Amino acid sequence: MALLEVDRVGKRFGGLAALDEVSLKVEQGEIYGLIGPNGAGKTTLFNCMTGLYGVSGGAVRLDGRAVHNRAPHEVVRQGFARTFQNIRLFPNMSALENVMVGRHVRSRAGVLGAVLRGARTRAEEAAIRQRAQELLHFVGLERKGRALAGHLAYGEQRRLEIARALATEPKLLALDEPVAGMNPSERRQMAEFFLKLRDSGVTLLLIEHDVKLVMGVCDRVAVLDYGRKIAEGTPDAVQRDPAVIAAYLGSET
Amino acid sequence: MDIFIQQLINGLVLGSIYALVALGYTMVYGILELINFAHGEVTMMGAMVALAVIGALMGVAPDLPGVVVVLGGVLIAVPVCMLLGFGIERLAYRPLRNAPRLAPLITAIGLSIVLQNVAMLIWGRQYIAFPPLLPKGQFEILGAHISVLQLFIVALSVTVMLGLWFTVQKTRLGRAMRATAQSREVAALMGVNVNSVIAATFIIGSALAALAGVMVSAYYGLAHYYMGFLLGLKAFSAAVLGGIGNIAGAMLGGLLLGVIEALGAGYIGDLSGGFLGSHYQDVFAFFILSLVLVFRPSGLLGERVASRA
Amino acid sequence: MPIVNYLRARPRLALVLVAVLLAALPFLVGAGLGKSWVRVLDFALLYVMLALGLNIVVGYAGLLDLGYVAFYALGAYLYAWLASPHFGLHLPFWAVLPLGALLAGVFGVLLGAPTLRLRGDYLAIVTLGFGEIIRIFMNNLNAPVNITNGPQGMNLIDPIALGGFALSKTHQIFGFSVSNAHLYYYLFLAFVLLVMFVALRLQDSRIGRAWAAIREDELAASAMGIDTRNVKLLAFAMGATFGGLAGGLFAAFQGFISPESFGLMESIMILCMIVLGGMGHIPGVILGAVLLTVLPEALRYVGDLQRAVLGHVAVDPADLRMLLFGCALILMMLYRPEGLWPSRQRKRELHAEDEVAAHESASLYDARG
Repeated sequence: MALLEVDRVGKRFGGLAALDEVSLKVEQGEIYGLIGPNGAGKTTLFNCMTGLYGVSGGAVRLDGRAVHNRAPHEVVRQGFARTFQNIRLFPNMSALENVMVGRHVRSRAGVLGAVLRGARTRAEEAAIRQRAQELLHFVGLERKGRALAGHLAYGEQRRLEIARALATEPKLLALDEPVAGMNPSERRQMAEFFLKLRDSGVTLLLIEHDVKLVMGVCDRVAVLDYGRKIAEGTPDAVQRDPAVIAAYLGSET
Repeated sequence: MDIFIQQLINGLVLGSIYALVALGYTMVYGILELINFAHGEVTMMGAMVALAVIGALMGVAPDLPGVVVVLGGVLIAVPVCMLLGFGIERLAYRPLRNAPRLAPLITAIGLSIVLQNVAMLIWGRQYIAFPPLLPKGQFEILGAHISVLQLFIVALSVTVMLGLWFTVQKTRLGRAMRATAQSREVAALMGVNVNSVIAATFIIGSALAALAGVMVSAYYGLAHYYMGFLLGLKAFSAAVLGGIGNIAGAMLGGLLLGVIEALGAGYIGDLSGGFLGSHYQDVFAFFILSLVLVFRPSGLLGERVASRA
Repeated sequence: MPIVNYLRARPRLALVLVAVLLAALPFLVGAGLGKSWVRVLDFALLYVMLALGLNIVVGYAGLLDLGYVAFYALGAYLYAWLASPHFGLHLPFWAVLPLGALLAGVFGVLLGAPTLRLRGDYLAIVTLGFGEIIRIFMNNLNAPVNITNGPQGMNLIDPIALGGFALSKTHQIFGFSVSNAHLYYYLFLAFVLLVMFVALRLQDSRIGRAWAAIREDELAASAMGIDTRNVKLLAFAMGATFGGLAGGLFAAFQGFISPESFGLMESIMILCMIVLGGMGHIPGVILGAVLLTVLPEALRYVGDLQRAVLGHVAVDPADLRMLLFGCALILMMLYRPEGLWPSRQRKRELHAEDEVAAHESASLYDARG
């Protein structure tokens, strides 16, 4: 069974069909790329999968359990985390705190626990802090823990957002244009980082504009155009697909 | 049945005043997504300034016809409030346009308190009577009474609203306002001077508020430094009922709220078996506001406002 | 300030000094400024409690609640109903106070559940309306069944008594004459410390982080797995509970309550305390509450000043109070949105060492609707 199964998902805004029966399957342990020209419906699909939008039809299943039309926090609990195209950190919290927030869904202390701060709460809190520190280390921000997220450099913010998402222990991590606004050498670093992430056991779903990056790191790629999937397969196969060339590759770069 | 029609008429009169004030809230919200808490106080200032001028005129020229005296009051109160609206935007909101949402909301509350207390220092804590200057007669329709003043309030409100509608739909300024409401950035790129459009919105809204202030004090025969608070809240509820940001919605919401309030006050005693009386009239606006926000936050004619998250 | 540095290096000594100072304060104030000032101190503590409660809602979770005083009123009225001749009930305070807090908390949930999914400024209006509704009912529920005794309010409310030791009387202890104002001071101080403790613990916990995250960016918070509606509701209910608790204490202290004490301006004043002191920062909030309780009292001297200079009182100082509050709100938002005593983090946001700080100043403080 596929880890993520998008089954004929449709989304309409008023009379406008933003997504038309899109289906995909992301397998455990792969890096799956989603590309398409501007306005093809990539981010809309993302939002439908992660609970920000409801779907107008179809289903999204993670590990066989439906996650469409669920509140975002329920989707996260199921093991599906995401980042945002225009980075959305908590700018006035420290980098460490940002990652600690990500542990919310995997911890339990309530008001009573927080006020009494018994042994269990203290242990949980210590574990949250330690895990957050490990994740900062993992993304190379171990020395920025105390800095305010809003003060980090752009690339650091991108990585912090990924660390925060990883803190929720996702089975599937969806990244919305993670290298947008980066220079070529930063992009190469990020590409290596994605491979490292996959090797650590996280399945990745990548929305990207940068075709070269997608073709370089992704195991499989799907192409959206005007809200419909026009191709799917290995990067090589997709690159040679005439429909893709017409819709996308021809018009880009 | 006559009570029903009578309350309906009273409600429509009150409602047309609410609508005028609601327009000010809705226009500002449409453009800035800001609740201008001080708007009710602008209404109050309109009434107070008009009354001060009326009092002065009566002292200086006791022989002037009553209508002329009231007109004189209005002619001073409207520009004063326009200036006030302009100043409020300029001093308290513009510097915070890019600040977090809570900041302008708090300055708005601060402004509202300042205006109230300034009015109290100038005019005192007591109620100020509106002198009996306006013609008294009344007509009978379907067994209910409607006074000349009531008729005049409705007629003037409708005229002003039609004028506003025309301005927004047909003029250059109106087009700029609609463009700015859609997107401030894009409007600016298209050469719209966003700052002047916003200022104009405040000025127009304040002029309407001043008119409404004079009307409401003439209607009840009273003015008071605190009158803007409740009036403002009700007008805001009316704007939400109609769909905030939507000009036709504010008009509809104002009229509806007036009617609901009048009918509710007339019948609440019967409905609750005598447990609640007509002094609960003021509760209706909040009730409606809460109901609308819970069940149809977009209002009757508006777009969706509740953020899904 | 060498003395501050000296004490900062010796926190235990500082703590002892603060404790001694707090214990001696009513006597120092009573001797120095007069007995009426001890009551002012009591009120200052009540407002500290209220401000700390509202701070959870506004400062932590970033929700603008303009009807906070309604919860204060609920606590006070419940106390009066259960411990006064009005219904002939005289339950002990340890039963009534928690009930008042609970009632306020329940109302907080009832009000918050449907409205917290709305945008922040709508919440402000709905809470404002709720405050007014509660007040209108308090004013009018004296007929046909006399529930609230209308505008006259209720009096002869039972004072707090520990065993046979009533806090309403003056006692002789070790040769000191200890008045009821002194006794309530210690009682209120204990409650303030309790509320402070709870607020501090919450702030520095999983829940506190979730509140901060929602305040910063609600959408991102929900995408990080936070059930934003429940967590906001929790803040709202916690704030309401503290409000209800303070209300009960107020009723017992005054012995008399009427709707007049629970107007919109009261809510605004509490908000003012938070904004002035420093939203979300407990020491700042306490400073704000104390300042805004004590300063209006000091304004009374403005009347004497006018009499001395002008020969008569031109402007009633009480009338100046709200005007000054309003101006304070505006000026603080325009020029010092982080408050008089912001947290170190807040300060860092403003006066950051690094160069990125300049363009960050657009987002001066982190409360978001």
